Order: sequence, then C-alpha cells, then structure tokens
Amino acid sequence: MNLYTLRDLSKRYSRGGEAVTIFEGLNMQIAQGDFIAIMGPSGSGKTTLLNMLGGIDRPSSGTIECQGERIDNLSEARLSKWRAAHVGFIFQFYNLMPTLNAAQNVELPLLLTKLSPKQRKEHIATALDIVGISDRAKHYPRQLSGGQQQRVAIARAIVSDPKVLLCDEPTGDLDRVSADSVLEMLQLLNSKLNKTIIMVTHDPAAAKYARRELRLDKGRFIEQESAQ
Amino acid sequence: MRQTLAVTALNIKSIPQRLGMSLATVMSVALVVAVMLGFMALTNGFAATLNNAGSEDVAIILRAGSQAELNSGLSRDDVVLIETAPGIVRDAEDRPVSSAELYVVVDGIKRSSQTEANLPLRGVEEGAERLRQGFTLVEGRMFAPGAAELIVGEGVGREFQGFDVGSTIRLGSNVWTIVGKFSTGGTVFDSELWTEAGVLQNLYQRGASYQSVRVKLDGPEGLSQLQDYAENEPRLSLDIITEKQYFADQAVGMTRLISAGVALAYIMAIGALAGAWNTMYSSVDARVHEIATLRAIGFSGGSAFIGTMLESLMLAAIGGLVGAIAVYVIFDGMSASTLGGGFTQVVFSLSLTPSSIISGMILAIFVGLFGGLVPSIRAATVPLLQVHR
Ligand SMILES: Nc1ncnc2c1ncn2[C@@H]1O[C@H](COP(=O)(O)OP(=O)(O)OP(=O)(O)O)[C@@H](O)[C@H]1O
Ligand SMILES: [Mg+2]
Repeated sequence: MNLYTLRDLSKRYSRGGEAVTIFEGLNMQIAQGDFIAIMGPSGSGKTTLLNMLGGIDRPSSGTIECQGERIDNLSEARLSKWRAAHVGFIFQFYNLMPTLNAAQNVELPLLLTKLSPKQRKEHIATALDIVGISDRAKHYPRQLSGGQQQRVAIARAIVSDPKVLLCDEPTGDLDRVSADSVLEMLQLLNSKLNKTIIMVTHDPAAAKYARRELRLDKGRFIEQESAQ
Repeated sequence: MRQTLAVTALNIKSIPQRLGMSLATVMSVALVVAVMLGFMALTNGFAATLNNAGSEDVAIILRAGSQAELNSGLSRDDVVLIETAPGIVRDAEDRPVSSAELYVVVDGIKRSSQTEANLPLRGVEEGAERLRQGFTLVEGRMFAPGAAELIVGEGVGREFQGFDVGSTIRLGSNVWTIVGKFSTGGTVFDSELWTEAGVLQNLYQRGASYQSVRVKLDGPEGLSQLQDYAENEPRLSLDIITEKQYFADQAVGMTRLISAGVALAYIMAIGALAGAWNTMYSSVDARVHEIATLRAIGFSGGSAFIGTMLESLMLAAIGGLVGAIAVYVIFDGMSASTLGGGFTQVVFSLSLTPSSIISGMILAIFVGLFGGLVPSIRAATVPLLQVHR
C-alpha cells in the first residue's frame, strides 16, 4: 500500500531574479512501512524533498498525496494539524529546546493532543524507554551527548505515534558508534513498529541500514540495488 | 490553549538568556508608570485641596487688577462701603456675614528638610470661620481679640515645626502664642496661621488697610448684585469673584505643570515602547530556530504570536507594578507643599487613587501590547525552513 504518491512534482526557486529548477516532473511512490535512504550530491534537493513530504514546504506545481489526502494545497493551519498527526521530524542538530529537559522535550507533540497529563506521562515513559534513555529523563540537552540528544529527538518524533519519520542527516553530527546505534534504532522502529522512514544521508554506511537507497541527481531518482 | 501555554512557558524560561534587556524593559516601564502616577498623585492631591477650598457662595473681593490677595489693598472705607452692599447674607443682628482680611508672609521651618519656607499669616475678623466650609477647631481655643495669639491650620502643624498648641513662637520681631489648631478638611486654609486682623495691622504697621474681603453671598443672584453695586459706586474699584473661581485661577499654573508632567510620562512611554519592542525582537530573534521547530512539530502560528505577546505583556505588567509600588511607597499619604498663587506654601496630600493605579497599569499594558505587536507577528510568521538552521 502506498503512503505517499507524488505526481509531476516541480520545485523552482528564483535566485537573483533567475528561476532555478530543483525538480521537474518528479513522480514517486513511497510504500507504507518502507525505509528509504536518499543520497545525492549537495544541493540536489534532498532536504527540499523531505520538507515537502513533511508539509513544511510546498511544491511549485504537481501534487503530493499522503494516504489519499492532498497535502500540497492545505491551508497553513490545516497543514500544522496534519504535521502534528502524521509526521515526526528528526534533524541533524536534534533541534531540542535547551530550556526543557528530555521528558519535557518529548512531551511537546503531546501538548497538541487531547491526552491527560497522566496519559502524557505514560507516553513519554514509553517513548524514552524505546530509545533506551529513560534514565536521562530529567537531563537537559546540554547535559547529554550528541547521540543521547538524538535519541531524545527520536523519542519526541515517535511519541505521538506518527506513521512517517522524516530524517535529515540524523547521524551527520555523530561519531560512528553513536551513529550506528541511532541507525539501529531507526531500523527497529521500521521493522517492529512499522514506521515508514525516509532518511536523507551523505553517509553510504548509514544508507545501508535502509531497505532501499535512492540517488537524487539533477532532479531525477536513480534507484540503487537494495541493501540488506 | 495547552500549546499556547507551552510556548509562553518556553518564552519565559528563556528570559534569563536576555536578563539584562528584559530587566531594562521592566525598569523603563516602571519609570514611565512611576512618573505618570507621581504626577497624577500631585494632580489628585492638588485638585482635592483647591476644589475643597473654593466655595461657590463665598465671594472674594480684591482691589481691581490685583489678581492675588498678596497684591491687593483695600482701605477701611472700602470695607465699610462693601459691607453695606446688596447680595450679602446678613445675620440675626443684620450684620453682613463678612470678613475683611490681610495677610503677611512669615517663615517657618519645615520638618522634613529643616529648611525655611513661606507661610501665610492671615488676619481675620470675627466670623471668618463662617466663611470657611467645614471649619472646626480641633484643639485649643480661638485667639482672643487684641492678643498676639495664633491658631494654626492642621497642615502647618504637620509640615512645620514649632507650632504645637500651647507653645510660643517668634515670627519676625514678634512672639506669638499658639492657642488652637483648626481644620478645614484639607483645604488650602489648613496651610495658614490665623490671628485677629487688628492685631496683625498693628504688629506689621498696616494701619487700617486690608487686602481682601470675603462675604457670604445671598443666593445665586448675590454675586451679580454685588458686582452691579460695586460698578455703580464710583468710590469703589474692585474685582469680585467667587472664591471657587479665585482658587481655580490660582491653580492654573500648577495644573499646567502637572499636565506637562503627565505629557512627559506619555513621551517616556513611547521610549519604553521602543525598548519593549527591541527586547521582544531579540527574544524572537534568539528563538527563531526554536519557533520553527515547534511549528514543524505542529504548533500553530497563533501560539507563537500569543507566546511572544504574553512575554511582552508580562514584562510590561511587572514594570507597571514595580512603578506603582515605588510611587506608593514613596509618595502615598505624603504631603507636598508648593508655591501657591500668593507665593506661599500650599500644603496638600499626595494621593494615589485606585483609578490612577489602573491608568498606570493600562499605560504599562499599552506599552507591552504595542511593543510586542510586531515581534509577535514576526514570531508567528517565522519561515518553517528555519528548522534546518
Ligand atoms: N529558500 C531557498 N531559496 C532559494 N534557493 C533555495 C532555497 N532552499 C534551497 N534552495 C536551493 O535548492 C537547492 C536544493 O537545496 P537542498 O537544501 O534541498 O539541497 P540538499 O540536497 O539538501 O543539499 P545538502 O546535501 O547540502 O543538504 C540548492 O541549490 C539550494 O541552494
Ligand atoms: Mg540538505
């Protein structure tokens, strides 16, 4: 079953009055439960694509459907609600709130739901448990290592149980060991919790954790042979 | 709602990162509110004193063109002519209810600063108290005719030293005995010393001259009857106005000063507004990345707007409270004295009314609201792509 269907997608920016085309007529489908690694040279539009899948950027033309619903033409307010309900973001630099501790950071998406404080506590505990960082719940981001911060960020991304995780260079700022453990975690979320994961990475070793690799080059996808 | 609270909490938690600026904003708002409330307290106190002072049914009669009692001069003959005029209430013995008065300026020592300040020493005639609404002798007795005795207004006792009932005091070359203390309920007369007119004329070599005559007007027509009479009497050249009008005229200068003070507060408010704006702009600036992240998670633009606005309002409200408390602690209930119309001290209480505190808080909120507006709009419209830094 397809989660995403992209039809005839184009994205253009105007730079100094001149139109720059990132994609032109891109068609793509992403199946429910897939784990895709997107590779490609810098500036090829990987982040731009991820933004559009996550509803934080819009295509210049073409359509994006997620579970049969057009998201490219939703109003800002509806798009906010859609993001809250459907996607979890994981960023290269974690994007944690420095003034909140781990548990409070993880709680943020739950504040957009109708859950009671008690239910929120349970969800937070579960999410922190899944990423194996329960013992650091009261720690602030500056008291955590990069790998630990990324785990907190993953817990935040999954706490409201979204279908999709969108990861932009999730291991870009981590050493090999931390990177591997984060990637194993993503693999686990994909295989055990059936999260659809779309991960942008520069690192071929990271890409090997995905079910399939796509290369984005000059606005076109070139499928690589599947990993694993 | 919950997301708005969360965003607001995030804003507030990040204040320590901009502590200096936030404090400066609080203090500038506090200063604005303090200046405004300070001047309003002056206005309230001054207005209370002068409004009480002026009576509609008492006319004050001065030599034409003299404007203030101190510049006026009336002879015994003038007074006699005035007292036969129509429009004046007469008592059971058919005597006019009037008081021919004069006054001189003496020096007293202020309790607060131990410095000399002017005090009016007024010579009055029997019945003067009937021309002051609410006159009561709160301590001692009236001065005796012909004696160097004084009764002192309550305000004088409060603000100046050496005027306790029973004591004697040297004023210029004369020694006076304080025999009583009177109150007119906080009016301008409470800042005066009273003795018998004849005694004052004697001790200060004034012959038989006076400076003013106060008369009780007989009904609403009284004033015009009196004025008509004076105009048609070639031996008289007088200004006749109600006492209320007289004090209102005297108050104009002071009122102007106070209005200028309030205007100053408003101008300062614009400065504080710019400060709040700048602080909130930095607040948003420092958190663009955070705000974008929250928005990506699904927080609404509205919550980012309200969070920033509430931070701004909170800083301003704290500033307003600090300003109000400062003014309250320093000013409320304190007496101030100022140069009144006759170049003498008018003692009046500064009063901080609930309504002026509310006005001060409204001004503070206004500063917070408009200072926070543009930064809040900016917070609500932070580009989502800022999540990638
Ligand atoms: N807001 C924007 N305005 C103009 N051009 C933009 C904007 N955002 C991205 N671009 C351009 O679009 C192209 C794709 O950018 P994008 O960030 O998607 O690349 P990327 O593949 O993620 O690169 P990297 O690997 O360096 O992260 C780049 O040429 C970039 O300069
Ligand atoms: Mg990128």
